[in-house]
Amino acid sequence: MIQSHPLVRIADDSLALACGADAVAAVFTATGCTVERVSSWGMHWLEPLVEIDGQGFGPATPADVPAILAGTSAKAIGPIAAHPFLARQQRLTFARAGRTRPLSLDDYAETGGWAGLKRARAIGREEVLAELITSGLRGRGGAGFPAGIKWRTVAEAPGTRKYVVCNADEGDSGTFADRMVMEGDPFLLIEGMAIAAHAVGADRGYIYVRSEYPHAIAKLRKAIGLAILHIAPFQLEVRVGAGAYVCGEETSLLNSIEGKRGEVRAKPPLPALEGLFGCPTVVNNVLTLAAVPHILSAGGAELYQRLGVDRSKGTMPVQLAGNIRHGGLFETTFGMTLGELVNDVGGGTASGRPVKAAQVGGPLGAYIPPSQFHLPFAYEQFAAADALIGHGGVVVFDDTVDMGGMARFAMQFCAAESCGKCTPCRIGSTRGVELIDRIRAPTPATADAVASLPQMHNGRKSGRSREEELQLLEDLCETMQFGSLCALGGFTPYPVRSALKHWPEDFEPKA
Amino acid sequence: MGFDVMGTEEKLTEIIAAHRGREGPLLPILNDVQAAFGCVDPAAERAIALALNLSRAEVHGVVSFYHDFREAPDMRPEVQLCGAEACQARGVETLVSAAEAAAGDRVRLSKVYCLGLCSVGPAARVGDTVHARLNQTALVALVENA
Ligand SMILES: Cc1cc2nc3c(=O)[nH]c(=O)nc-3n(C[C@H](O)[C@H](O)[C@H](O)COP(=O)(O)O)c2cc1C
Ligand code: SF4
Ligand code: FES
Repeated sequence: MIQSHPLVRIADDSLALACGADAVAAVFTATGCTVERVSSWGMHWLEPLVEIDGQGFGPATPADVPAILAGTSAKAIGPIAAHPFLARQQRLTFARAGRTRPLSLDDYAETGGWAGLKRARAIGREEVLAELITSGLRGRGGAGFPAGIKWRTVAEAPGTRKYVVCNADEGDSGTFADRMVMEGDPFLLIEGMAIAAHAVGADRGYIYVRSEYPHAIAKLRKAIGLAILHIAPFQLEVRVGAGAYVCGEETSLLNSIEGKRGEVRAKPPLPALEGLFGCPTVVNNVLTLAAVPHILSAGGAELYQRLGVDRSKGTMPVQLAGNIRHGGLFETTFGMTLGELVNDVGGGTASGRPVKAAQVGGPLGAYIPPSQFHLPFAYEQFAAADALIGHGGVVVFDDTVDMGGMARFAMQFCAAESCGKCTPCRIGSTRGVELIDRIRAPTPATADAVASLPQMHNGRKSGRSREEELQLLEDLCETMQFGSLCALGGFTPYPVRSALKHWPEDFEPKA
Repeated sequence: MGFDVMGTEEKLTEIIAAHRGREGPLLPILNDVQAAFGCVDPAAERAIALALNLSRAEVHGVVSFYHDFREAPDMRPEVQLCGAEACQARGVETLVSAAEAAAGDRVRLSKVYCLGLCSVGPAARVGDTVHARLNQTALVALVENA
C-alpha cells in the first residue's frame, strides 16, 4: 500500500503526451495526489510511466490509477533506476532524463547545471578549445567532424561578428534524441551553446527547430526566457523550419535562417569561415552541443576521451525505433554491437517475428541484415561496412518488410526532399523510382516511346532485360553517390544498394 | 480559422511589423502568415516583398520551396500521418486506406516524414496535438473527430 497522497511523477514530453500521459496525470490529480511533470526516462514502451517513490508503473492508463495507488497494479516494474534498460547505460548527456522538471532552473542548478559554463568562463577561451579537442567529441549530426577543430576554426577566423547555430532539424526517421534534449533538458542545450559562444567569441545564436516539433519549440522559447541572465551577454533565439528535410544540411539551414530557399551551398567556403550572413559560424547538432557542459565540468574531457573505441570517443545516445519491443533512448559508450542493441537491449521485434533488417542512420543509412549484427557501433567500423551511424537512429524491421519497396521509398524520399541544385539527385532520384518499378514489374518494359523515335539516334530501340535494368540501377547509384553535392543525393544509394545486395529476392517481379 | 477579409490586411501588416527588425525576417513572417491565413497567397507575397525590399519572385521562390507553405487556403481540418521508415516498420501502411475512407473530402489527410515518435508509431499530428500507437480504430476516430 502506497501512502494516501503520494508525489507522482509523470513525463510531459511529446511522446508521453502522445501516449496519453495527460489523462493519467489528471486522474492522479483528481484523487488528491500532487503530480510533478518531469522529463522522460526514455523507456518508451513503458510510457506513460508513473513514478512514485522511485517505483515505476507503466504503460499506465487512467484505469490503472486505483490499483497503482493500492499497491496492487500489475503494471509495476519495480525501482525505475535499477531497470536493466537503464542500468546498462552510461548516461552523460541524458543524466537528468526522468529526474528533473524540464523548465525548473532550481532542478537544473541542483543537478550540476551551469557548472560547465562557469568553469569555461573561468579557464578562458584557449583552455576551453583545448579541452574540447582533448575530449575527442565528434559531431553527432551525421558527419562526425571533430567539434573542437570546428570551434577553433571559428575562434581563429577573422571578424567580430560570429554566430553559434544549433542544428535541431532532426529529420531522420528513427531519431528523437534531439527532441528529448529540447523537451526534457532544454537548459543543457542552452548551456552548451553559451559555452560555444564564449569559446569562439560569438554574441548571437540561433536554434533552428523543425516545424514538426511544436512542443520542443515552446519549451525552448520558455527556457531561453528563463535562462537569459545566465547566458548574457549571449543572445539566443529559436527559428522554426517549414517542413524541408534538406534544411538539416548545414548550409541549407543557414540559407533558411537567412530567409532564402533551402538550397545547399557549395563548400568551400566552410560555414566556419563564411556561414550565417557570411560570418564565421559554428553549426552543431543538438547532441554535440548538449555533450559540452559535461565535458567542460572538472575532469569531464578526460573522462570523455577514455570512453569509447578508436576515434569514436565518449557516449552516443542511440535511438531504438521501429518494430522493436523495447524502443527508446539508450545512451552508451561506443563499441556495443548492433546485435546487442537490437536483440539484447531492444528485445527483438515488437511483433515477435524474426528481425529481417535494421536501418541505421536515418533515411540515408544502409539496411543491415542480422548476419552483420556483429558490427560495433562506431564511426569507422560502420563506414568500413558501407554503412553509417549518422545521428544514431536504429530502425528495426521484421520479416514482413518488402526490401524492394524500402529501396523504392528511399529514392522517392530523395525525390520529394531534393533541394534541386544538382542533377544526379534531382533527376536521378525520380529515374530511380521508375527503374525500381520496372525491375519489379511482372512483365518487362517494351522500348521507350521517346527513345524509339527516329530522330533519337542514340536512343535504345528495344526494351531492357532485367539484368540490364539492374545494371542501370547500379550505374545510377554510382552517379548519385559520386556526382551529388551533398549527402542527400550522395547517400540515398546506401539504402538502395544494401537492400539490393542483401535481399535480391525482394526485387523479383511482383505478380 | 476564419478568413476575415476585413482584418486580413491589418493582420498581415502586424505580422510583418513584428518580425521586420530581425535578422532574416522572411521565414518567421511566412510561418506566421501561413498559420494565420492557412496560406501565403499572391497578395501576401506582394505585401511581404514590398516591406522587405525583395522582388516578388524572390518571395515566391521561398514560398514554393517549403512543404509547409500553401499558395491557396485549404480550410479543411488536417490530420498529418507519419509515413517515414520507422512508422512503416510498425505498420502504418495497413492503416492508410481506412483513414482515407474516413477522411473523404472533409478532412485533409497528409503525409509527413517523422514526428520524433518513432519508437511508438504509427504516429499522427493534429495541430499541436500528437498521437501514437495508432491502430485502425484509433486513427479512424482521430480522423472523424478532426
Ligand atoms: C540531407 C541532410 C540532412 C541533414 N540533417 C541533419 C539534421 O537534421 N540534424 C543535424 O544535426 N545534422 C544534419 N545533417 C548534417 C549537417 O549538414 C551537419 O553536418 C551538422 O549539422 C554538423 O553538426 P555536427 O558536427 O555537430 O554534427 C544533415 C546533412 C544532410 C546532407
Ligand atoms: S544532392 Fe540533392 S539535396 Fe544535395 S545539393 Fe544536390 S540536389 Fe540539393
Ligand atoms: S518515423 Fe514516424 S514518427 Fe518517426
